[in-house]
Amino acid sequence: MEAFTLRIITPDRIFFEEPVEMVEFNTTEGEIGIYPNHVPTTVIVAPGILTITQADGQKEAALHAGFAEILQDSVTILAEVIEWPEEIDAERAEEAKERAEKRLASRTPETDVARAETALRRAMARIEVIK
Amino acid sequence: MASMRDIKRRKSSIQSTQQITKAMKLVSTVKLQRAKGNAERSRNYFSCMYDTVSSMLAKAGNIDHPYLRAGVSDRKAVIVITSNRGLAGGYNSNIIKLITRGELAKDQLDIYAIGKKGKDTLQRYGYTIKEDYSDVIEEPAYGDAMRISAQVLKAFTDGEIGEIYLAYTAFKNTVSHEPKLIKLLPVEAADENASEERRDNQAPMNFEPREEEALEMIIPKYITSLIYGGMVESVASENGARMQAMDSATSNAEEMIGTLELQYNRARQGSITQELTEIIAGAEAIS
Repeated sequence: MEAFTLRIITPDRIFFEEPVEMVEFNTTEGEIGIYPNHVPTTVIVAPGILTITQADGQKEAALHAGFAEILQDSVTILAEVIEWPEEIDAERAEEAKERAEKRLASRTPETDVARAETALRRAMARIEVIK
Repeated sequence: MASMRDIKRRKSSIQSTQQITKAMKLVSTVKLQRAKGNAERSRNYFSCMYDTVSSMLAKAGNIDHPYLRAGVSDRKAVIVITSNRGLAGGYNSNIIKLITRGELAKDQLDIYAIGKKGKDTLQRYGYTIKEDYSDVIEEPAYGDAMRISAQVLKAFTDGEIGEIYLAYTAFKNTVSHEPKLIKLLPVEAADENASEERRDNQAPMNFEPREEEALEMIIPKYITSLIYGGMVESVASENGARMQAMDSATSNAEEMIGTLELQYNRARQGSITQELTEIIAGAEAIS
């Protein structure tokens, strides 16, 4: 199958740079899956799971923030926060999830709902990716 | 002429100073290697970010967004990156000179200080220190840059400040560092030619969501990456500058020890000669 280059760059390293067949992740406009020869688009990443399909199987990572530049023959994701499953601390993710849920449940006018929701979504992405 | 004992004391004091500067040089060499690696790795992210933002701005030429024009307030924020420790040659004072001798009026500035040296000096000169993030420069993390940029951007959107600058030391190579003052906000239209070229060899870019909204979300990330880049480059420059300063201090000490050694030997020879003269004179007096 036809492949394109996926580059995932974080501020402190090149996270991933290999030819892939398909990549899927969450954007602010919803989930998208990208095959080669996609129309050039810039999208904003929303917290969720990034799935990479290569000739020899699939890889997953928890992608939390950043944006992606999709060109016909390559996709560049500038990720502010991204983790492989083995880098995630399961306990911390569970705790963060509970904390965020509690904050949303007992909401007061001062609660920063948007922040709590993002935190919850991040924690859920982390938990899901290690499963 | 100084006595032998004085010279000896002076020499041993310089020798121990030399040992310290030598050790400091070795430490900063090691730190420099690490900081250089960090700076080089972050450059990738930054150049991609810069390309994307420039092409967006080129395309979004006539968009009227608050991030693209100066705020109503005439106050200007400057994020000043210096080090927490001294003994780095002109590293800190070059950044401070950039602020004090620049075109920015002192009473309009709000300083967001990263690094104790810069904060203390600017405070002494009577600048307004708005925030102090000095502890983050020890080990710059992207999370810190996010926190700082969020705070500065909030002040911008609240109308407290009209422009944001960043003062940092760009790391070119181990021996050459350049203090730089760049404007973060409002974002200035990128170099026309560069973006033209980029547009020519590619199909037009689409944005999801629309340019305005995408800009709204990407600009803060852009600012964060600039601040982060500024921090890692400054740390690399700091260690490079310290390494150089300590290197020249060590060789100066070497030179001084050489001179003192010569003086000491002369003084010793002088005292032996004098003693001999005295003995001979005494012997002659007896006979």
